[in-house]
Amino acid sequence: MTADNRKPVLEIENLCISYFTRAGEIPAVQDFNLTVYEGESVGLVGESGCGKSTVAMAIMRYLGSNGGIVGGSIRFRGRDITTLSGEELRQMRGSDIAMIYQEPMAALNPSLTIGAQLMEVPMVHERASEQEAYGRSRAMLADVRLPDPDRLMAAYPHQISGGQQQRVVIAMALLSKPSLLLLDEPTTALDVTVEAGIIDLVAEIAREYGTAQMFISHNLGLVRETCDRICVMYSGEAVETGTIDDVFQRMRHPYTRGLFGAIPLPSANKHDRPLVAIPGQLPLPHERPSGCNFGPRCDYFEDGVCAPARIPMHDVAGTASPHQSRCNRVEEIDWDAPPVVGQVNLPIEPGEPVLVVDGMRKYYELYDRSVKAMISGDGTRYVKANETLTFNARKSEIVAIVGESGCGKSTFAKVLMGLETATEGTITFNGVQIQDTEVQQRPAAQVASLQMVFQNPNDTLNPSMTVGGQISRVIRKFKVETDSDKIHERVMHLLDMVKLPRDFYHRRPRQLSGGQKQRVGVARAFAGNPAMVIADEPVSALDVSVQAAVTELLMDIQREHGTTLLFISHDLSVVRYLADRVVVMYLGQIMEQGTTEEIFSPPYHPYTEALLSAVPIADTTVDKRKIVLEGNLPSVVNPPVGCPFHTRCPRKIGAICERERPSVLEASDGHGIACHIPLEQLRAVEPVFFTVEPKSPPTAGIPAR
Amino acid sequence: MAASTELAEPVARRQSGLARTASAIALLRESPVGMIGAGIVLAWVLAAVFAPLLAPFDPNATILPFQRPGAVDPTTGKTFWLGSDKIGRDILSRIIYGGRRVLIYGPIATACAYAVGIVMGLAAGYFRGWWDAVLSRVSDIVLSFPIFVLYVIVISTFGASGLNIVLAIVFASAPGIMRIVRGLTLDLRNRDYVAAAQTRGESPLYIMFVEILPNARGPLIVDACLRLGYVTITIGTLGFLGLGLPPPDPDWGGMVNENRALAPAFPHMIVYPCLAISSLVLGLNLLADGLREISIRD
Repeated sequence: MTADNRKPVLEIENLCISYFTRAGEIPAVQDFNLTVYEGESVGLVGESGCGKSTVAMAIMRYLGSNGGIVGGSIRFRGRDITTLSGEELRQMRGSDIAMIYQEPMAALNPSLTIGAQLMEVPMVHERASEQEAYGRSRAMLADVRLPDPDRLMAAYPHQISGGQQQRVVIAMALLSKPSLLLLDEPTTALDVTVEAGIIDLVAEIAREYGTAQMFISHNLGLVRETCDRICVMYSGEAVETGTIDDVFQRMRHPYTRGLFGAIPLPSANKHDRPLVAIPGQLPLPHERPSGCNFGPRCDYFEDGVCAPARIPMHDVAGTASPHQSRCNRVEEIDWDAPPVVGQVNLPIEPGEPVLVVDGMRKYYELYDRSVKAMISGDGTRYVKANETLTFNARKSEIVAIVGESGCGKSTFAKVLMGLETATEGTITFNGVQIQDTEVQQRPAAQVASLQMVFQNPNDTLNPSMTVGGQISRVIRKFKVETDSDKIHERVMHLLDMVKLPRDFYHRRPRQLSGGQKQRVGVARAFAGNPAMVIADEPVSALDVSVQAAVTELLMDIQREHGTTLLFISHDLSVVRYLADRVVVMYLGQIMEQGTTEEIFSPPYHPYTEALLSAVPIADTTVDKRKIVLEGNLPSVVNPPVGCPFHTRCPRKIGAICERERPSVLEASDGHGIACHIPLEQLRAVEPVFFTVEPKSPPTAGIPAR
Repeated sequence: MAASTELAEPVARRQSGLARTASAIALLRESPVGMIGAGIVLAWVLAAVFAPLLAPFDPNATILPFQRPGAVDPTTGKTFWLGSDKIGRDILSRIIYGGRRVLIYGPIATACAYAVGIVMGLAAGYFRGWWDAVLSRVSDIVLSFPIFVLYVIVISTFGASGLNIVLAIVFASAPGIMRIVRGLTLDLRNRDYVAAAQTRGESPLYIMFVEILPNARGPLIVDACLRLGYVTITIGTLGFLGLGLPPPDPDWGGMVNENRALAPAFPHMIVYPCLAISSLVLGLNLLADGLREISIRD
């Protein structure tokens, strides 16, 4: 109904894909149906291991030696590609169907110039002449909004930034004029402001070239911004498909509903509307339950109805466009019932300042050993990783440090933890100056009271030590307990606290899922009763449904112990949800700080404004102004003179921005903005976010975007 | 692989070492190549341990010279299964006893080389800076020296004894091991769990030996198996050059050397000792392959 008059580009019917391993046949995707029409963007959303990438690989017929299509068909322009020969496949890949991967650097050959790699596409697929190929490649680089295409044609991949690399990859994919573009998490490896640019470009391409797109992502907000239709996958099956509006506003599968409850939408609030995590975890492919895969995690599970028979897709009544759900109880469940509200918590009053950072600087010396530098005498340069940071954090408060890569947030964490010492300024923690003391010189009690939760769940635990061993080591090291029975008891208590079963004591990290590892990381950080915990992107590497659980856990423990939490993140939607105060950093400097409320509403620093506008929002009732930053993140070795943001600032007022470092404007007590623009003008800026009326149920026709 | 092993309450504090060894062996069973290698190596180890029971003759007793394989000793009625050498000693018995030397000095030398190489590599990789510069240059110098010339100089200067052979091998192999350990350490020191240990104020020694070294064990075990093979060859070669362990106790390389002039007429005198060396090396290499296969899988 969406596209009676449009031709389907891709039709997938009852597709089943299995991997064959030593453990036997593992079904990765089962009974998958999807049709993509010309000029349409379809989002494929799901958590890791749900089979979304496997579907993309199957479309490319690139499943690897142990994977195979065991049932169903994939028709591309009416032709079944599951039976194509090697030669026909090669013709199809890259010319009719193009794929864009997550890591742009891995997709480009580092030893060939960008020009050579681009020109190869028309030369191989269309036997174009070298001259024609050059002209087309150059034009395509301009089309993907890359500045100075001539210089880029001669450049090597490492000479350009990650965002530019991804644009080159997109240009390469478009050069052969494909009728279908597969984008597999194309922006996951990029910074938010860069991501916003790429997303803009992808949407524009869909309009301009009419290329059908399949956009694979775990981020519902991104899918909302780029796609017309969405297909939600869970554990190898599509559980709900429909238009963006249908699925985002009238979700008809408990999993989809759970997902929306677990992500920090603008309506969520840590005090009275906390996130609700989906209980349990994804089943492993060979341990799926019979019947509904989501059954064991579902509140509406009913034996006999949801199991043991496999669940077919049901049409959802009452919508004009096709909207399907793999839920047998789709008619019975009261979908309009207000979602379960998690535990309501009263706001806590923050206490005395625990951490006071005053004018802290951290410079790294870089030695230039070239002859030229020795002659001119300026052999030493400085990387100004942190430039006069001044802020504080109070007891029981969650302070978020927000910024993109290279903004100096990790350097600050290192200085705070005593892995580096400050170049200048002071850091006072619990009344003691610690900026010059390395961690080994600090008293044990101080080390214990300042602990850290790390980002990467696969890296945070020592793979060759048991969970229990790692936690008890901390307790012993900090002399919380000395008697081994007491230590054992305390480890058990900590495992209970992070809601892990006690028999995890003997597990090794590889037997744990990402979320479980992160919980152990939290338990380890809290083992010494810290006064302050630094969490460096603690949930960014986790799946959406697990993120909520770990976030809530971290906050519960923090609340219970009155711990100060320094939350380092680039994800503003999480920050808005949990932080009390926010510090926005750019290239080692604080651009703006204030309470979360103040940061998220005018007056904004222009950088904050751009950051906010770059956040993908999975709420169709909220819209935002689009601000796409031009240019690249400058290098920290050679930061811009004056205001560090002036090279990309859309509100630059003139030469003063390039000359002088702006002083801090006090918008209110505690709300500081480092900008040359007068406060009155900043106050007059419209809010980035605004509420829109939810669209009425779509009638026939192509859903408008 | 998330095996859901149910443990009885209350949770015990330690898992038995026996169970862990058993599971490691079970893992090796999944690699046929590794099993063959392990089988060959195990066969040699058993032969060396039970040499007095297995060897038909005293390895150093001169009985009948120039016997072909399968000949029977008229006085005792026992068979020279692999023939006898030019002064009448039974080759099979000498090979069985000779295995003892290789299997004692090989692992000792390799273990010592590892001890030195690991300490150097950890220090260079973890501290970097001056430690790295000095240790790496020292190892470069050693590695740039032709190894066999080094052996000849060391052993001809200090004399051929078991200790000197071990020392020479340690001197020559430690730099190579140091390189591997240093590389692994440079990678592992950037892991978050190392940062976690640093932020709780652990000493560098603890971090190097508890947080880093155990996680480098996979590649190191594989390398140790291969290196043990090289050391076996080295011991054989030293024996052949007359720099091995002093006679008369049997030594595989020495056996080849003693009889090489007679090889055209009596090939069995050198073929069987050579086969002994190469089968042990092959076994170790196959075992290393199997271990590598398993370590990649996990």
